[in-house]
Amino acid sequence: MNPFQYVRAHDIAEAIHAAAGDGAKFIAGGTNLIDLMKENVEHPTKLVDITHLPLDRIEATAGGGLRIGALVRNSDAAYDERIASRYPLLASAILAGASAQLRNAATTGGNLLQRTRCCYFYDTATPCNKRSPGSGCGAIGGFNRMHAILGVSEHCIATHPSDMCVALAALDAQVHVSGPDGERVIPFHEFHRLPGDTPQIDTSLRPGELITAVELPAEAFTQHYTYLKIRDRLSYAFALVSVAVALRIDGGRVAEARLALGGVAHKPWRDHTVEELLVGQAPVEPIFARAADAVLRGAKGQGHNDFKIGLARRAIVRALKQAAADTPQSQSEKRVA
Amino acid sequence: MPEDHVGTVPLRISINGQTHDLQVAPWTTLLDLLRERLRLTGTKKGCDHGQCGACTVLVDGRRIDSCLMLAAMAEGREITTIEGLRANGALHPVQQAFIDHDAFQCGYCTPGQIVSSVGLMNEHRAPTRSDVRELMSGNLCRCGAYSNIVDAVMEVIERKGRP
Repeated sequence: MNPFQYVRAHDIAEAIHAAAGDGAKFIAGGTNLIDLMKENVEHPTKLVDITHLPLDRIEATAGGGLRIGALVRNSDAAYDERIASRYPLLASAILAGASAQLRNAATTGGNLLQRTRCCYFYDTATPCNKRSPGSGCGAIGGFNRMHAILGVSEHCIATHPSDMCVALAALDAQVHVSGPDGERVIPFHEFHRLPGDTPQIDTSLRPGELITAVELPAEAFTQHYTYLKIRDRLSYAFALVSVAVALRIDGGRVAEARLALGGVAHKPWRDHTVEELLVGQAPVEPIFARAADAVLRGAKGQGHNDFKIGLARRAIVRALKQAAADTPQSQSEKRVA
Repeated sequence: MPEDHVGTVPLRISINGQTHDLQVAPWTTLLDLLRERLRLTGTKKGCDHGQCGACTVLVDGRRIDSCLMLAAMAEGREITTIEGLRANGALHPVQQAFIDHDAFQCGYCTPGQIVSSVGLMNEHRAPTRSDVRELMSGNLCRCGAYSNIVDAVMEVIERKGRP
Protein backbone atom coordinates (compact mmCIF):
# COMPACT_ATOMS: atom_id res chain seq x y z
CA MET A 1 0.00 0.00 0.00
CA ASN A 2 1.15 3.55 -0.69
CA PRO A 3 1.62 5.89 2.28
CA PHE A 4 -1.41 8.06 3.01
CA GLN A 5 -2.76 10.48 5.55
CA TYR A 6 -5.41 9.13 7.93
CA VAL A 7 -8.21 11.36 9.21
CA ARG A 8 -10.87 10.24 11.66
CA ALA A 9 -14.07 12.26 11.18
CA HIS A 10 -16.77 12.59 13.84
CA ASP A 11 -19.66 14.13 11.92
CA ILE A 12 -20.82 14.48 8.33
CA ALA A 13 -19.68 18.08 7.86
CA GLU A 14 -16.24 17.23 9.18
CA ALA A 15 -15.98 14.23 6.87
CA ILE A 16 -16.99 16.20 3.78
CA HIS A 17 -14.61 19.01 4.65
CA ALA A 18 -11.73 16.56 5.19
CA ALA A 19 -12.41 14.79 1.88
CA ALA A 20 -12.23 17.96 -0.23
CA GLY A 21 -9.51 17.94 -2.85
CA ASP A 22 -7.95 15.36 -5.12
CA GLY A 23 -6.65 12.11 -3.75
CA ALA A 24 -8.92 11.83 -0.70
CA LYS A 25 -11.31 8.93 -0.23
CA PHE A 26 -13.81 7.95 2.43
CA ILE A 27 -13.27 4.60 4.11
CA ALA A 28 -15.80 2.53 6.07
CA GLY A 29 -15.75 -1.28 5.78
CA GLY A 30 -12.68 -1.13 3.59
CA THR A 31 -13.28 -4.59 2.13
CA ASN A 32 -12.89 -3.39 -1.45
CA LEU A 33 -10.77 -0.25 -1.06
CA ILE A 34 -8.01 -1.84 1.05
CA ASP A 35 -7.78 -4.70 -1.42
CA LEU A 36 -7.50 -2.30 -4.37
CA MET A 37 -4.84 -0.30 -2.49
CA LYS A 38 -2.83 -3.48 -1.96
CA GLU A 39 -3.10 -4.13 -5.70
CA ASN A 40 -1.96 -0.57 -6.46
CA VAL A 41 -5.19 0.04 -8.39
CA GLU A 42 -6.30 2.69 -5.91
CA HIS A 43 -3.71 4.97 -4.36
CA PRO A 44 -5.40 7.66 -2.29
CA THR A 45 -3.24 10.24 -0.56
CA LYS A 46 -5.73 10.63 2.27
CA LEU A 47 -8.31 8.31 3.84
CA VAL A 48 -11.18 9.83 5.80
CA ASP A 49 -12.48 7.28 8.31
CA ILE A 50 -16.25 7.71 8.47
CA THR A 51 -17.02 4.78 10.76
CA HIS A 52 -17.61 7.11 13.72
CA LEU A 53 -20.37 9.03 11.92
CA PRO A 54 -23.94 8.52 13.21
CA LEU A 55 -25.15 6.69 10.08
CA ASP A 56 -25.56 3.19 11.45
CA ARG A 57 -29.32 3.04 12.04
CA ILE A 58 -32.28 1.59 10.17
CA GLU A 59 -35.33 3.82 10.59
CA ALA A 60 -38.91 3.91 9.37
CA THR A 61 -39.71 6.76 6.97
CA ALA A 62 -42.83 8.91 7.04
CA GLY A 63 -43.87 7.36 3.73
CA GLY A 64 -43.97 3.84 5.16
CA GLY A 65 -40.57 2.76 3.89
CA LEU A 66 -37.22 2.21 5.55
CA ARG A 67 -34.09 4.31 5.62
CA ILE A 68 -30.90 2.27 5.92
CA GLY A 69 -27.95 4.31 7.19
CA ALA A 70 -24.88 4.18 4.97
CA LEU A 71 -22.82 2.57 7.74
CA VAL A 72 -25.23 -0.28 8.48
CA ARG A 73 -23.21 -3.44 7.96
CA ASN A 74 -24.41 -5.79 5.24
CA SER A 75 -25.05 -8.59 7.75
CA ASP A 76 -26.99 -6.26 10.06
CA ALA A 77 -29.14 -5.15 7.14
CA ALA A 78 -29.83 -8.71 5.95
CA TYR A 79 -30.76 -9.95 9.43
CA ASP A 80 -32.68 -6.84 10.51
CA GLU A 81 -36.17 -8.04 11.34
CA ARG A 82 -37.92 -5.27 9.36
CA ILE A 83 -35.81 -5.90 6.26
CA ALA A 84 -35.97 -9.70 6.51
CA SER A 85 -39.75 -9.72 6.92
CA ARG A 86 -40.81 -6.78 4.73
CA TYR A 87 -38.06 -6.70 2.10
CA PRO A 88 -37.03 -10.36 1.81
CA LEU A 89 -35.71 -9.76 -1.73
CA LEU A 90 -33.11 -7.38 -0.34
CA ALA A 91 -32.18 -9.67 2.58
CA SER A 92 -31.81 -12.61 0.21
CA ALA A 93 -29.62 -10.70 -2.24
CA ILE A 94 -27.32 -9.49 0.54
CA LEU A 95 -26.90 -13.05 1.85
CA ALA A 96 -26.09 -14.26 -1.68
CA GLY A 97 -23.02 -12.04 -1.73
CA ALA A 98 -19.50 -12.36 -0.33
CA SER A 99 -18.80 -14.29 2.89
CA ALA A 100 -19.98 -13.92 6.47
CA GLN A 101 -16.73 -12.14 7.41
CA LEU A 102 -17.03 -9.67 4.55
CA ARG A 103 -20.73 -9.00 5.20
CA ASN A 104 -19.85 -8.25 8.85
CA ALA A 105 -17.41 -5.57 7.71
CA ALA A 106 -18.90 -4.18 4.50
CA THR A 107 -21.38 -1.31 4.72
CA THR A 108 -24.51 -0.31 2.82
CA GLY A 109 -22.88 2.74 1.25
CA GLY A 110 -19.69 0.87 0.44
CA ASN A 111 -21.59 -1.90 -1.29
CA LEU A 112 -22.91 0.64 -3.80
CA LEU A 113 -19.38 1.90 -4.43
CA GLN A 114 -17.74 -1.47 -5.09
CA ARG A 115 -15.59 -1.43 -8.16
CA THR A 116 -15.62 -4.06 -10.85
CA ARG A 117 -13.81 -7.36 -10.34
CA CYS A 118 -12.68 -7.38 -13.98
CA CYS A 119 -9.27 -9.11 -13.90
CA TYR A 120 -7.81 -6.52 -16.28
CA PHE A 121 -8.91 -3.70 -13.97
CA TYR A 122 -7.00 -5.46 -11.17
CA ASP A 123 -3.89 -6.27 -13.22
CA THR A 124 -1.85 -3.07 -13.50
CA ALA A 125 0.39 -4.68 -16.14
CA THR A 126 -2.51 -4.71 -18.64
CA PRO A 127 -4.48 -1.91 -20.32
CA CYS A 128 -7.77 -0.85 -18.74
CA ASN A 129 -9.78 2.24 -19.58
CA LYS A 130 -11.46 2.16 -16.18
CA ARG A 131 -8.19 2.13 -14.25
CA SER A 132 -6.11 4.13 -16.68
CA PRO A 133 -8.33 6.08 -19.11
CA GLY A 134 -7.22 5.89 -22.71
CA SER A 135 -5.01 2.83 -22.24
CA GLY A 136 -7.46 0.44 -23.94
CA CYS A 137 -9.47 -2.57 -22.80
CA GLY A 138 -7.72 -5.86 -22.16
CA ALA A 139 -10.99 -7.74 -21.83
CA ILE A 140 -12.21 -7.02 -25.36
CA GLY A 141 -10.50 -9.76 -27.30
CA GLY A 142 -9.02 -11.13 -24.07
CA PHE A 143 -10.33 -13.48 -21.41
CA ASN A 144 -13.88 -12.21 -20.99
CA ARG A 145 -15.85 -15.11 -19.56
CA MET A 146 -17.09 -12.99 -16.62
CA HIS A 147 -17.86 -9.88 -18.65
CA ALA A 148 -20.91 -7.91 -19.69
CA ILE A 149 -23.40 -8.79 -22.41
CA LEU A 150 -25.64 -5.71 -22.13
CA GLY A 151 -24.93 -1.99 -22.27
CA VAL A 152 -21.25 -2.37 -23.13
CA SER A 153 -19.14 0.16 -25.02
CA GLU A 154 -16.05 -0.20 -27.17
CA HIS A 155 -14.12 1.11 -24.17
CA CYS A 156 -15.28 -1.20 -21.38
CA ILE A 157 -17.15 -4.48 -20.89
CA ALA A 158 -16.81 -4.70 -17.09
CA THR A 159 -19.68 -5.75 -14.83
CA HIS A 160 -20.85 -4.32 -11.53
CA PRO A 161 -20.19 -6.97 -8.88
CA SER A 162 -22.88 -6.28 -6.28
CA ASP A 163 -25.80 -8.55 -5.41
CA MET A 164 -27.39 -6.10 -2.97
CA CYS A 165 -27.58 -3.42 -5.67
CA VAL A 166 -29.55 -5.71 -7.99
CA ALA A 167 -32.27 -5.98 -5.34
CA LEU A 168 -32.11 -2.25 -4.60
CA ALA A 169 -32.58 -1.55 -8.31
CA ALA A 170 -35.63 -3.82 -8.44
CA LEU A 171 -37.07 -2.17 -5.33
CA ASP A 172 -36.68 1.39 -6.72
CA ALA A 173 -34.50 2.47 -3.80
CA GLN A 174 -33.17 6.00 -3.48
CA VAL A 175 -29.67 7.05 -2.51
CA HIS A 176 -29.29 9.95 -0.08
CA VAL A 177 -26.04 11.85 -0.42
CA SER A 178 -24.46 14.84 1.24
CA GLY A 179 -21.69 16.92 -0.29
CA PRO A 180 -19.98 20.28 -0.49
CA ASP A 181 -23.08 21.69 -2.23
CA GLY A 182 -25.60 20.22 0.20
CA GLU A 183 -27.85 17.19 0.22
CA ARG A 184 -29.62 15.47 -2.64
CA VAL A 185 -31.45 12.24 -3.44
CA ILE A 186 -30.51 10.05 -6.41
CA PRO A 187 -32.97 7.48 -7.80
CA PHE A 188 -31.24 4.09 -7.81
CA HIS A 189 -31.38 3.64 -11.58
CA GLU A 190 -29.47 6.91 -11.98
CA PHE A 191 -26.84 6.08 -9.37
CA HIS A 192 -24.72 3.64 -11.39
CA ARG A 193 -23.94 4.37 -15.02
CA LEU A 194 -23.03 2.59 -18.24
CA PRO A 195 -19.40 2.82 -19.34
CA GLY A 196 -19.80 4.83 -22.56
CA ASP A 197 -16.58 6.65 -23.29
CA THR A 198 -15.86 7.39 -19.61
CA PRO A 199 -15.70 3.95 -17.97
CA GLN A 200 -13.50 5.35 -15.21
CA ILE A 201 -16.67 6.94 -13.75
CA ASP A 202 -18.79 4.29 -12.01
CA THR A 203 -21.54 6.43 -10.50
CA SER A 204 -23.29 9.78 -10.67
CA LEU A 205 -21.79 10.90 -7.34
CA ARG A 206 -20.12 14.30 -7.60
CA PRO A 207 -16.62 14.86 -6.21
CA GLY A 208 -16.62 14.91 -2.42
CA GLU A 209 -20.16 13.57 -2.02
CA LEU A 210 -20.84 11.07 0.76
CA ILE A 211 -23.62 8.48 0.73
CA THR A 212 -25.58 8.92 3.95
CA ALA A 213 -28.46 6.45 3.49
CA VAL A 214 -30.37 4.17 1.15
CA GLU A 215 -34.13 4.57 1.30
CA LEU A 216 -36.59 1.80 0.48
CA PRO A 217 -40.09 2.81 -0.65
CA ALA A 218 -43.17 1.42 1.07
CA GLU A 219 -43.90 -1.08 -1.69
CA ALA A 220 -41.91 -4.10 -0.56
CA PHE A 221 -43.02 -7.14 -2.64
CA THR A 222 -43.14 -9.41 0.37
CA GLN A 223 -45.00 -12.25 -1.31
CA HIS A 224 -43.75 -12.79 -4.87
CA TYR A 225 -40.01 -12.36 -5.06
CA THR A 226 -36.75 -14.21 -5.58
CA TYR A 227 -33.05 -13.55 -5.89
CA LEU A 228 -31.54 -16.22 -8.10
CA LYS A 229 -27.77 -16.17 -8.42
CA ILE A 230 -25.93 -18.42 -10.85
CA ARG A 231 -22.19 -18.77 -10.24
CA ASP A 232 -19.26 -21.12 -10.69
CA ARG A 233 -19.61 -22.54 -7.16
CA LEU A 234 -22.58 -22.52 -4.83
CA SER A 235 -21.26 -19.94 -2.38
CA TYR A 236 -18.79 -17.09 -2.13
CA ALA A 237 -18.39 -16.33 -5.82
CA PHE A 238 -19.43 -13.45 -8.03
CA ALA A 239 -22.47 -13.93 -10.23
CA LEU A 240 -22.23 -15.14 -13.79
CA VAL A 241 -25.84 -14.04 -13.98
CA SER A 242 -28.19 -13.06 -11.17
CA VAL A 243 -31.86 -12.14 -11.33
CA ALA A 244 -33.97 -10.19 -8.86
CA VAL A 245 -37.69 -10.53 -9.42
CA ALA A 246 -40.55 -8.86 -7.58
CA LEU A 247 -44.14 -9.35 -8.71
CA ARG A 248 -47.56 -8.24 -7.62
CA ILE A 249 -50.15 -10.73 -8.82
CA ASP A 250 -53.83 -9.85 -8.71
CA GLY A 251 -56.63 -12.15 -9.86
CA GLY A 252 -54.26 -14.49 -11.68
CA ARG A 253 -52.64 -11.65 -13.65
CA VAL A 254 -49.37 -9.80 -13.15
CA ALA A 255 -50.31 -6.39 -11.76
CA GLU A 256 -46.77 -5.12 -11.37
CA ALA A 257 -43.39 -6.57 -12.31
CA ARG A 258 -39.84 -5.71 -11.39
CA LEU A 259 -36.92 -7.49 -13.00
CA ALA A 260 -33.25 -6.64 -12.47
CA LEU A 261 -30.14 -8.50 -13.58
CA GLY A 262 -26.65 -8.70 -12.07
CA GLY A 263 -23.42 -9.95 -13.62
CA VAL A 264 -24.41 -8.86 -17.12
CA ALA A 265 -23.74 -5.12 -17.28
CA HIS A 266 -21.81 -2.16 -15.89
CA LYS A 267 -24.76 -1.47 -13.59
CA PRO A 268 -27.73 -3.45 -12.23
CA TRP A 269 -29.77 -3.98 -15.40
CA ARG A 270 -33.43 -3.05 -15.46
CA ASP A 271 -35.66 -2.86 -18.49
CA HIS A 272 -38.93 -1.04 -17.84
CA THR A 273 -40.40 -1.86 -21.25
CA VAL A 274 -40.12 -5.57 -20.49
CA GLU A 275 -41.70 -5.09 -17.08
CA GLU A 276 -44.62 -3.40 -18.79
CA LEU A 277 -44.92 -6.34 -21.19
CA LEU A 278 -45.56 -8.61 -18.22
CA VAL A 279 -48.32 -6.47 -16.73
CA GLY A 280 -51.77 -7.85 -17.40
CA GLN A 281 -50.40 -11.24 -18.45
CA ALA A 282 -50.87 -14.60 -16.78
CA PRO A 283 -47.78 -15.61 -14.75
CA VAL A 284 -46.92 -18.59 -16.95
CA GLU A 285 -43.76 -19.88 -18.61
CA PRO A 286 -44.43 -18.84 -22.25
CA ILE A 287 -44.99 -15.26 -21.09
CA PHE A 288 -41.82 -15.39 -18.99
CA ALA A 289 -39.83 -16.75 -21.93
CA ARG A 290 -41.05 -13.89 -24.12
CA ALA A 291 -39.99 -11.42 -21.43
CA ALA A 292 -36.55 -13.02 -21.20
CA ASP A 293 -36.09 -12.78 -24.96
CA ALA A 294 -37.10 -9.13 -24.82
CA VAL A 295 -34.60 -8.34 -22.02
CA LEU A 296 -31.82 -9.95 -24.02
CA ARG A 297 -32.76 -8.61 -27.46
CA GLY A 298 -29.67 -6.37 -27.52
CA ALA A 299 -27.32 -8.79 -25.76
CA LYS A 300 -23.92 -9.29 -27.33
CA GLY A 301 -21.29 -11.85 -26.38
CA GLN A 302 -17.55 -11.18 -26.47
CA GLY A 303 -16.48 -14.77 -27.15
CA HIS A 304 -15.83 -16.45 -23.82
CA ASN A 305 -19.01 -15.04 -22.30
CA ASP A 306 -21.37 -15.95 -25.14
CA PHE A 307 -22.86 -18.61 -22.86
CA LYS A 308 -24.21 -15.87 -20.58
CA ILE A 309 -26.93 -14.97 -23.08
CA GLY A 310 -28.53 -18.41 -22.92
CA LEU A 311 -27.81 -18.68 -19.21
CA ALA A 312 -29.47 -15.32 -18.56
CA ARG A 313 -32.50 -16.34 -20.61
CA ARG A 314 -32.98 -19.53 -18.56
CA ALA A 315 -32.23 -17.74 -15.26
CA ILE A 316 -34.83 -15.04 -15.99
CA VAL A 317 -37.52 -17.64 -16.74
CA ARG A 318 -36.63 -19.67 -13.68
CA ALA A 319 -36.58 -16.62 -11.41
CA LEU A 320 -39.96 -15.42 -12.69
CA LYS A 321 -41.37 -18.89 -12.05
CA GLN A 322 -39.89 -18.97 -8.54
CA ALA A 323 -41.39 -15.58 -7.73
CA ALA A 324 -44.79 -16.39 -9.18
CA ALA A 325 -44.95 -19.67 -7.25
CA ASP A 326 -43.85 -18.13 -3.91
CA THR A 327 -40.82 -20.40 -3.87
CA PRO A 328 -37.92 -17.96 -3.63
CA GLN A 329 -34.39 -19.27 -3.99
CA SER A 330 -32.95 -20.20 -0.58
CA GLN A 331 -29.47 -18.79 -0.01
CA SER A 332 -28.42 -21.66 2.27
CA GLU A 333 -30.16 -24.70 0.79
CA LYS A 334 -29.05 -24.35 -2.82
CA ARG A 335 -31.26 -26.96 -4.44
CA VAL A 336 -33.22 -25.70 -7.40
CA ALA A 337 -36.63 -24.55 -6.25
CA MET B 1 -12.14 18.76 15.12
CA PRO B 2 -11.18 15.77 13.03
CA GLU B 3 -8.16 13.83 14.19
CA ASP B 4 -5.65 14.33 11.42
CA HIS B 5 -2.70 11.98 11.27
CA VAL B 6 0.08 12.51 8.79
CA GLY B 7 2.54 10.21 10.57
CA THR B 8 1.64 7.44 12.96
CA VAL B 9 -1.75 7.07 14.60
CA PRO B 10 -2.20 6.52 18.34
CA LEU B 11 -4.19 3.36 18.93
CA ARG B 12 -5.71 1.91 22.07
CA ILE B 13 -6.90 -1.60 21.40
CA SER B 14 -7.82 -4.62 23.52
CA ILE B 15 -6.45 -7.92 22.28
CA ASN B 16 -7.49 -11.11 24.06
CA GLY B 17 -8.41 -9.08 27.14
CA GLN B 18 -5.19 -7.11 27.30
CA THR B 19 -5.14 -3.38 26.52
CA HIS B 20 -2.37 -2.12 24.23
CA ASP B 21 -1.40 1.53 23.68
CA LEU B 22 0.37 1.69 20.34
CA GLN B 23 1.46 3.99 17.55
CA VAL B 24 0.76 2.53 14.12
CA ALA B 25 1.40 3.63 10.56
CA PRO B 26 -2.00 4.29 8.91
CA TRP B 27 -1.42 1.61 6.27
CA THR B 28 -0.82 -1.17 8.82
CA THR B 29 -3.54 -3.79 8.62
CA LEU B 30 -4.90 -5.37 11.78
CA LEU B 31 -3.43 -8.67 10.55
CA ASP B 32 0.08 -7.23 10.22
CA LEU B 33 -0.22 -5.52 13.60
CA LEU B 34 -1.11 -8.84 15.24
CA ARG B 35 1.55 -10.89 13.51
CA GLU B 36 4.47 -8.53 13.00
CA ARG B 37 4.22 -6.15 15.97
CA LEU B 38 2.55 -8.22 18.66
CA ARG B 39 3.90 -11.61 17.56
CA LEU B 40 0.46 -13.18 17.72
CA THR B 41 1.20 -15.44 14.78
CA GLY B 42 -1.73 -17.80 15.32
CA THR B 43 -3.76 -15.60 12.96
CA LYS B 44 -2.53 -16.60 9.49
CA LYS B 45 -1.90 -14.61 6.34
CA GLY B 46 -3.24 -16.66 3.46
CA CYS B 47 -4.27 -14.60 0.45
CA ASP B 48 -4.08 -11.15 2.13
CA HIS B 49 -7.07 -10.13 -0.05
CA GLY B 50 -10.13 -11.22 1.93
CA GLN B 51 -10.68 -14.35 -0.12
CA CYS B 52 -9.49 -17.20 2.11
CA GLY B 53 -10.49 -16.43 5.73
CA ALA B 54 -7.17 -17.60 7.25
CA CYS B 55 -6.88 -14.21 8.99
CA THR B 56 -10.32 -14.31 10.65
CA VAL B 57 -10.49 -12.62 14.06
CA LEU B 58 -13.38 -11.43 16.22
CA VAL B 59 -13.88 -7.67 16.56
CA ASP B 60 -16.29 -7.02 19.42
CA GLY B 61 -17.35 -10.66 19.01
CA ARG B 62 -17.97 -10.44 15.24
CA ARG B 63 -15.81 -12.31 12.75
CA ILE B 64 -14.04 -10.28 10.08
CA ASP B 65 -11.03 -10.71 7.78
CA SER B 66 -8.21 -8.88 9.58
CA CYS B 67 -6.22 -8.46 6.33
CA LEU B 68 -8.82 -5.95 5.09
CA MET B 69 -9.07 -3.85 8.26
CA LEU B 70 -6.72 -0.99 8.99
CA ALA B 71 -5.35 -1.29 12.53
CA ALA B 72 -6.03 2.44 13.03
CA MET B 73 -9.73 1.76 12.48
CA ALA B 74 -9.80 -0.78 15.34
CA GLU B 75 -9.46 2.03 17.90
CA GLY B 76 -11.34 1.15 21.08
CA ARG B 77 -12.37 -2.30 19.81
CA GLU B 78 -11.95 -5.66 21.51
CA ILE B 79 -10.11 -8.15 19.34
CA THR B 80 -10.13 -11.90 19.96
CA THR B 81 -7.64 -14.10 18.15
CA ILE B 82 -7.10 -17.85 18.21
CA GLU B 83 -4.67 -17.30 21.11
CA GLY B 84 -7.50 -15.78 23.16
CA LEU B 85 -10.03 -18.62 22.91
CA ARG B 86 -8.45 -20.82 25.58
CA ALA B 87 -10.01 -20.21 28.99
CA ASN B 88 -8.80 -21.40 32.41
CA GLY B 89 -6.16 -23.59 30.84
CA ALA B 90 -8.69 -25.55 28.77
CA LEU B 91 -9.15 -25.56 25.03
CA HIS B 92 -12.24 -23.82 23.68
CA PRO B 93 -14.94 -26.41 22.87
CA VAL B 94 -14.51 -25.68 19.15
CA GLN B 95 -10.77 -26.28 19.39
CA GLN B 96 -11.41 -29.61 21.11
CA ALA B 97 -14.05 -30.56 18.55
CA PHE B 98 -11.61 -29.89 15.68
CA ILE B 99 -9.17 -32.33 17.32
CA ASP B 100 -11.86 -34.91 18.04
CA HIS B 101 -13.13 -34.81 14.43
CA ASP B 102 -9.73 -34.60 12.75
CA ALA B 103 -10.99 -31.40 11.12
CA PHE B 104 -7.70 -30.39 9.50
CA GLN B 105 -4.76 -31.74 7.60
CA CYS B 106 -1.97 -29.18 7.11
CA GLY B 107 -3.48 -26.87 9.70
CA TYR B 108 -2.80 -23.54 8.03
CA CYS B 109 -6.46 -22.55 7.67
CA THR B 110 -7.37 -24.02 11.06
CA PRO B 111 -7.05 -20.91 13.30
CA GLY B 112 -9.25 -19.00 10.86
CA GLN B 113 -11.72 -21.89 10.65
CA ILE B 114 -11.96 -22.12 14.45
CA VAL B 115 -12.32 -18.37 15.06
CA SER B 116 -14.87 -18.18 12.24
CA SER B 117 -16.81 -21.06 13.84
CA VAL B 118 -16.89 -19.20 17.16
CA GLY B 119 -18.10 -16.10 15.31
CA LEU B 120 -20.75 -18.20 13.57
CA MET B 121 -22.02 -19.44 16.94
CA ASN B 122 -22.15 -15.87 18.27
CA GLU B 123 -24.46 -15.07 15.33
CA HIS B 124 -26.99 -17.87 16.06
CA ARG B 125 -27.86 -18.22 12.36
CA ALA B 126 -26.78 -21.78 11.60
CA PRO B 127 -29.06 -24.52 12.89
CA THR B 128 -28.44 -26.98 10.00
CA ARG B 129 -25.48 -28.46 8.13
CA SER B 130 -26.49 -26.51 5.02
CA ASP B 131 -26.43 -23.29 7.01
CA VAL B 132 -23.00 -24.13 8.45
CA ARG B 133 -21.61 -24.92 4.99
CA GLU B 134 -23.02 -21.69 3.58
CA LEU B 135 -21.99 -19.46 6.48
CA MET B 136 -18.48 -20.95 6.67
CA SER B 137 -17.83 -20.48 2.95
CA GLY B 138 -15.51 -17.56 3.69
CA ASN B 139 -12.95 -20.02 5.08
CA LEU B 140 -11.16 -22.03 2.42
CA CYS B 141 -9.39 -25.31 3.20
CA ARG B 142 -7.17 -26.44 0.34
CA CYS B 143 -6.64 -29.84 2.01
CA GLY B 144 -10.39 -30.32 1.70
CA ALA B 145 -11.20 -31.13 5.33
CA TYR B 146 -14.62 -29.53 4.93
CA SER B 147 -16.78 -32.51 5.89
CA ASN B 148 -14.93 -32.98 9.18
CA ILE B 149 -14.98 -29.23 9.82
CA VAL B 150 -18.77 -29.25 9.47
CA ASP B 151 -18.92 -32.30 11.78
CA ALA B 152 -16.88 -30.46 14.42
CA VAL B 153 -18.96 -27.29 14.20
CA MET B 154 -22.25 -29.20 14.27
CA GLU B 155 -21.19 -31.15 17.34
CA VAL B 156 -20.58 -27.95 19.31
CA ILE B 157 -23.76 -26.29 18.02
CA GLU B 158 -25.88 -29.33 18.92
CA ARG B 159 -24.25 -29.72 22.33
CA LYS B 160 -24.92 -26.04 23.09
CA GLY B 161 -28.52 -26.47 22.03
CA ARG B 162 -29.16 -29.23 24.57
CA PRO B 163 -30.62 -28.22 27.91
